[in-house]
Amino acid sequence: MNIGVFVCHCGSNIAGTVDTEAVAKAALGFREVVFATDTMYACSEPGQAGIVDAIKEYDLDGVVVASCTPRMHEATFRRTLERAGLNKYMFEMANIREHVSWVGKDKEANTRKAGELVHMAVEKLRRNDYLQAGEFEINKRVMVIGGGVAGIQAALDCADGGLEVILVEREPSIGGKMSKLDKTFPTVDCSSCILGPKMVDVAQHPNITLYTLSEVDSVKGFVGNFDVTVRRKAAYVDWDACTGCGECTTKCPSKKTPDRFNEFIGTTTAINIPFPQAIPKKASINADACIKLTKGKCGVCAKVCPTEAIRFDQQDELVTEQVGAIIAATGYDLFDFTKYGEYGGGRYPDVITSMQYERLLSASGPTEGHIKRPSDGAEPKDIVFIQCVGSRDKSIGRPYCSGFCCMYTAKQTILTKDHMPDSQSYVFYMDIRAPGKNYDEFTRRAMEEYGARYIRGRVSAIQPKNGRYLVKGADTLLGQQVEIEADLVVLAVGAEAAKGAGELAEKLRISYDPYGFFLEGHPKLKPVETNTAGIYLAGSCQGPKDIPSSVAQGDAAAAKVLALFSKDKLASDPQVSGVKLVRCIGCGKCESVCPFGAIEMIDFRGMTKASVIETVCQGCGVCTAACPQGAIQLSHFTDNQILAEVNTLCL
Amino acid sequence: MSLSYAYYPGCSGLGTSLEYDTSTRALCRSLGIELVEIPDWNCCGSTPAHAVDHLLSACLVGRNLGIADDMAEERKLDGIITPCPSCLKNLKTTQHRLADPEFHRKVELVVGRTLKAELPIKSVLQVVVEDLGIQALAKLVKEPLKGLKVVPYYGCIMVRPPQIMQFDDPENPMALDNLLAELGAEVLPFPLKTDCCGASLGTTRKDVIAKLSGRVLDAAEEAGADAIVTACPLCQMNLDMRQSQINRANHSGHNMPVFYYSQLAGLAAGQGETSTMLDKLCVSPRPLLAALAGHTGEGA
Repeated sequence: MNIGVFVCHCGSNIAGTVDTEAVAKAALGFREVVFATDTMYACSEPGQAGIVDAIKEYDLDGVVVASCTPRMHEATFRRTLERAGLNKYMFEMANIREHVSWVGKDKEANTRKAGELVHMAVEKLRRNDYLQAGEFEINKRVMVIGGGVAGIQAALDCADGGLEVILVEREPSIGGKMSKLDKTFPTVDCSSCILGPKMVDVAQHPNITLYTLSEVDSVKGFVGNFDVTVRRKAAYVDWDACTGCGECTTKCPSKKTPDRFNEFIGTTTAINIPFPQAIPKKASINADACIKLTKGKCGVCAKVCPTEAIRFDQQDELVTEQVGAIIAATGYDLFDFTKYGEYGGGRYPDVITSMQYERLLSASGPTEGHIKRPSDGAEPKDIVFIQCVGSRDKSIGRPYCSGFCCMYTAKQTILTKDHMPDSQSYVFYMDIRAPGKNYDEFTRRAMEEYGARYIRGRVSAIQPKNGRYLVKGADTLLGQQVEIEADLVVLAVGAEAAKGAGELAEKLRISYDPYGFFLEGHPKLKPVETNTAGIYLAGSCQGPKDIPSSVAQGDAAAAKVLALFSKDKLASDPQVSGVKLVRCIGCGKCESVCPFGAIEMIDFRGMTKASVIETVCQGCGVCTAACPQGAIQLSHFTDNQILAEVNTLCL
Repeated sequence: MSLSYAYYPGCSGLGTSLEYDTSTRALCRSLGIELVEIPDWNCCGSTPAHAVDHLLSACLVGRNLGIADDMAEERKLDGIITPCPSCLKNLKTTQHRLADPEFHRKVELVVGRTLKAELPIKSVLQVVVEDLGIQALAKLVKEPLKGLKVVPYYGCIMVRPPQIMQFDDPENPMALDNLLAELGAEVLPFPLKTDCCGASLGTTRKDVIAKLSGRVLDAAEEAGADAIVTACPLCQMNLDMRQSQINRANHSGHNMPVFYYSQLAGLAAGQGETSTMLDKLCVSPRPLLAALAGHTGEGA
């Protein structure tokens, strides 16, 4: 075998602390290495051309590149080998950047370690096989999880592109957080007026199947062939029969039900349609508040329903859908403001969240757009807004910036002045983060044209005083303490991962960060992909985002799915496990440890044997470690190859 | 359940807040909590020491902790308790700092002995509320404080800093509220319950006390309270003894009795105002208590 070794400088990233020339020189002494060189940027066009030329000139059968992480460029170099006519699995990468040059400063030790890593890669490469990718069919349907603006956008794009779409939403209606907003920044246009038509498009699109009041129960399969089980929760109403006439809601006697859609700032009935523009416009019963379901009495809705749609005995229903790709667009939740005890959230009735204030501003809200204090219904005059409640605060475990709070607070001060010209808004801020198009201009307008008074500093405490609130804070620009008496305090709460995001990520087998936001494939270059093929992200499930960014990412995720489905067949990865049937004793250990359910026990000539479902196998290698017989082997990472590496390093 | 503690009264307990110490001992006796005073205890350094030198502060406390260690070897102790939040803070902070082996070594060197400092350290209030349970008070109450409207005032250090004190909610503690309600008093919501009274600045900056303690008095009056109830000798002194100074400085006319919770517990237990040493208070609670007694139709 003729092996070529290429040691990359990566500019000064590697060459700064590793003597790359010496590594290349040492490599020439390794078995079967016939060519070795150092190269400035192996991944660049001339760098790759150098590899292709060397393959031809020295008749190479395999290549080792010592550079960065395989996550970054393994695919790049494999393509290079293919261009030169080699099997792309005759390639090994030694990570001498993340594992060597970035972690140590001792050049001599680094050079030695880099040499050892290259030597290990060479010994592994000597035992590589010519693997060949297979092909499999794909199911060109897509599931979008989450019916907020990002999910709606992704669903519509996919559906317009001719794909069959299943949109799953856990609330009774789609629309997400955006449907609760009164106006949007920086245009101050009506939120439901721009979202409403899109919601209607979803309902009317022939390619979209809409499951609301539904959650993903389990996900099986792999890119191109997922089986997703969706739990359609009991609405206690037959939605095929319900016409959304609202007769039941007017007659329901349980009128004190906390109103989720209005952020609990108003009440609704136990059977309700969440808001006038709801899609689908169907009634559902809140089982905790319904007198019939809790006490067995009442049943008024069933009596008045003209289509006899009420079903008190309805049960959750499981539906399994076959799809080829999944877009997660599960959005975010708002920070629990009661964690700030000093602000009295939850204890003081007139200390409310920004989303509750949004509902007060909205014409379809509980006060029909009149700003009224929750405690006594009076119109407030002095309103204090406190920013960064649940953002940029390490002490409560939210060190990140939620991004949109500066903007929505500015919007709310503008709307407040429009609603009540004689009111005065005060905004306590840390600094203003308004980087979007027309955003900074917008916050300036709030200050300069609408007279919102911005005070830089945090608020230490809010205390009730004479029926108002004393807001104690610091003005860090003036360097003094300030106290403002307010009629209403609005906490600009930050964003956190949606409830259950971690559980969903585990079902989808995608990664999530310590805060529960889903991780993209690469922070810069793969912003909508995940590390699991066929699963994409859109909107705030990845991190707090405003509407334009969510919509853009919804579009992007749809584009990715359309690109994926532009092929009829996908290539399967041959780096999967395989069972040597003569060795297998059918103990089933591999089946029980496989995290992907990729191993099944089969009957082979009357004996139980393990069998790998190659399209499901992710090549993690857990089974090979568990097998007492060494009967199951992971191609490209066989026991022989791993032992060769270990021996190279230790003997 | 019988509880036994090494008791650290603190300097003020023998002087400015004699009534707190006396009524605390009485309360513990009637609740079956055994207090064994730490023999030959010394001042914990109070507020000044820790502001000057952490090592000095830790060594002053360390000596007391060492004596308590010896006590624990001789008899079973459930921990160390003190009525004074300031002493408590010094005790607990020192215990916290002694977790650093280097610091621990230094303190042992200065104190001249080995220190374990592993006994749990709590305030009397915390023991009553958490270890004994507030229901235990119910048996004690013979004359419920019916009609007495009070605001509980914890001061700034009873529950702070939370990672060291590990007691109740640092922003909205409820221990004292619940305890007073159990005694039969009407406990009003008090937004300033954990604000600072000005602490030891009373000796150097009376204007600060007039502002901060004045605000507490104003808020108590606004809340409609007949009296303030404290658990801290320094808070009590600023609010009670300096009340007339504050009135003069702020042109206010407060006449608000400031009790220790242990005194009210004594009253509710029927110990009478002499044994609870109500005469030690500067703002006399007699008119208030008399009016209450008249209101409920009982003799004074």
